[in-house]
Amino acid sequence: MSRIDVLKTYKIFIGGKFPRTESGRFSRLKNKNGDLVANICLSSRKDFRNAVVSARNTQKGWENITALNKGQILYRIAEMLEGRKLQFIKELMMTGSSKYQARSEVEQSIDRLIYYAGWSDKFHQIFSSVNPVASNHFNFSIPQAMGVVSVIAPNEFSLLGLVSVVAPVIVGGNSCIVLSSEENPMVSISFAEVLNTSDVPHGVVNILTGKRKELISHFASHKDVNSIIYCGDNNEEIKEIEKVSVENLKRVEIYKRKNWDNKTSQSPYFIEQFQEIKTTWHPTEA
Amino acid sequence: MSKIDIYKTWKYDESLESTSYITLKDTYDLFIGGDFVKPLSKKYFNTLNPATNQSIAKIADANDKDIDKAVKSAIKAFKSWSKLDPKERGKYIFRIARMIQERAKEFAVIESMDGGKPIRESRDIDIPLAANHFFYHAGWADKLEYAFPNKKPTPLGVAGQIIPWNFPLLMAAWKIAPAIACGNTVVLKPAESTSLTALKLAELIQDSGLPKGVVNIVTGAGKTGAAIVNHPEINKIAFTGSTEVGKLIESSLSGIEKKTTLELGGKGANIIFEDAAIDQAVEGIVNAIFFNQGHVCCAGSRLFIQESVADSVIEKLKDRISTLIIGDPLDKNTDIGAINSAEQLKTIEKYIEIGKKEGGEIFQAKCSLPKQGNWCPPTLFLNVSQSNRIVQEEIFGPVLVIQTFRTIDEVIEKANNTPFGLSAGVWTEKGSKIFKITKALNSGVVWANTYNKFDPCSPFGGFKESGMGREGGLHGLKSYLKFE
Repeated sequence: MSRIDVLKTYKIFIGGKFPRTESGRFSRLKNKNGDLVANICLSSRKDFRNAVVSARNTQKGWENITALNKGQILYRIAEMLEGRKLQFIKELMMTGSSKYQARSEVEQSIDRLIYYAGWSDKFHQIFSSVNPVASNHFNFSIPQAMGVVSVIAPNEFSLLGLVSVVAPVIVGGNSCIVLSSEENPMVSISFAEVLNTSDVPHGVVNILTGKRKELISHFASHKDVNSIIYCGDNNEEIKEIEKVSVENLKRVEIYKRKNWDNKTSQSPYFIEQFQEIKTTWHPTEA
Repeated sequence: MSKIDIYKTWKYDESLESTSYITLKDTYDLFIGGDFVKPLSKKYFNTLNPATNQSIAKIADANDKDIDKAVKSAIKAFKSWSKLDPKERGKYIFRIARMIQERAKEFAVIESMDGGKPIRESRDIDIPLAANHFFYHAGWADKLEYAFPNKKPTPLGVAGQIIPWNFPLLMAAWKIAPAIACGNTVVLKPAESTSLTALKLAELIQDSGLPKGVVNIVTGAGKTGAAIVNHPEINKIAFTGSTEVGKLIESSLSGIEKKTTLELGGKGANIIFEDAAIDQAVEGIVNAIFFNQGHVCCAGSRLFIQESVADSVIEKLKDRISTLIIGDPLDKNTDIGAINSAEQLKTIEKYIEIGKKEGGEIFQAKCSLPKQGNWCPPTLFLNVSQSNRIVQEEIFGPVLVIQTFRTIDEVIEKANNTPFGLSAGVWTEKGSKIFKITKALNSGVVWANTYNKFDPCSPFGGFKESGMGREGGLHGLKSYLKFE
């Protein structure tokens, strides 16, 4: 008698735990043959609000971890992903990718994490300045994390897209709440398992699955969120996000690109977008 | 111990700055396409001297059609200006800087007449800094590719710029200089109560030979500003003013691809530790809140004093503000000039009433105020709490709210407990404390053992609801460029 497979329950990821959605709702994710692959949580506003609390509580601590240490933690995520490469390839293939595409997406995701791990203790130097003011003061400007960032992850490249958007946010000392690819959310929850075994402090990355239509306005309007990333080109959604984010002057970043698998998908400028510049003055006369 | 009564012991003689060498026209038209043109609206309004409430000149009130005309002129000028050799672009801007320096005194007097600020400030701060902003940015014009590694910067197009009444010429310089250095052209609207120095700048720009239409200066009130914000052919909006209006602008631009920079309100925390050089700190407190009558977005309007030194700091502060001279902005002895407008005075007085009702203990310097004009004595509020409106909301006047604290973590928590995030001050002789505080405060500028210092090469701008983007320095250039 052949062995019965053990199927995975896909839940959501908040504060380092894997709860079911508070709403109790789910959607059925099917492969192209129409077979059920997984039941996916349809997260609610309450799930999002819980995730914001967790992200806020952990953010300062994460920001204050040394740049060297943050870099090592990002590198650790890459290590864990490398170790589970086959699983991710298989999951991507279950939802439509060819073997070649799946392998390439997983490998690029690993490489992207390493790319940003390396920036951890360097981007400050690129974006800082010492300013020669015309008075007796020492004056310098340095980047500082914006705080909590909500992320509407790309629908395309459900793993690589998510990694490309989240890595520069967290390497800059922010925490985030991610709405994963609506079309293909499964792999994001497996990625949460990778994060959870990589010494990333609980709450730095929170991942929800669900519908953009239901969640976008909450991601954009929450007053304890400092910035929002929207990946996509739906102009109505963009307008809605820009409108409701005004309430607390959230910084809005729109990525209309569909491709996340080329060289322009990574640069330190993706980190800089989620930094505030702070300038400090001090007299030099004693 | 008896105190010296400064007013009884000594009295300052008047030292009035002469107004004989300034030239002002009776009527100012709109500066569009390099010429002064009559407004299509056919309307004018009076600009008043806030120290007397007498009219100084008539100013054109631009409507939608006037704005459209200005934008068309800027679009036309952009074609050649953006293609001009950047080195030559820079030379025009250097020339503007030099001409402001040459005419500094005239600008300073007009600034004080029109806006009410002490001549000492307009002469020593506003006008020289305005010239320096042009000089600094002129040099960037042909060096932009060094500012952004691996990127190729190009100008955005036409920038619509709306500025406030607290630093009229300086704000015009903050806006115009980086915009045109980066190859953009400009439609700028000064605040309706302080248009004069911007219009004098227009005359100077005419003299400088800057190609026509690169800088257009249009005057008017909120409706004129809205016409700029909503003009479809403007590529970028730069606004300095209140958070309320900033949000309206941002909201009206939702779904529209137009870059924005916002410099908005603040409620700066000024933190005095027990190990500070107390006398210096007291001077710092005075400069932080009473500079420019407190009409400063980054004013240190919330004072936090460590409990162990609170009594002595407050006593010294009361003594110090009792010696401040309030009066004629053109008198070189004046420390605090006129409140910019009758309307703003009403706002400040409203907040003083709110503060009293909330149970705050008020202290106002006993000083004689001129009979005419808009005046407010330096005001302190003690015994206030975090939730009081006068602690949470921006007053934009010479009103300081005072709280105390025990530990460094407590004061960080209190200082950050505001929707704003523009500026902060910290006073201590201990270096590690300075760095801990500056790192923990959510504000764009931190002045340590100093306050209210500005420089063209120093990026300025807020966190949270105090704005978006930076102005000045290398970081400020980004707001006026796009990248492939």
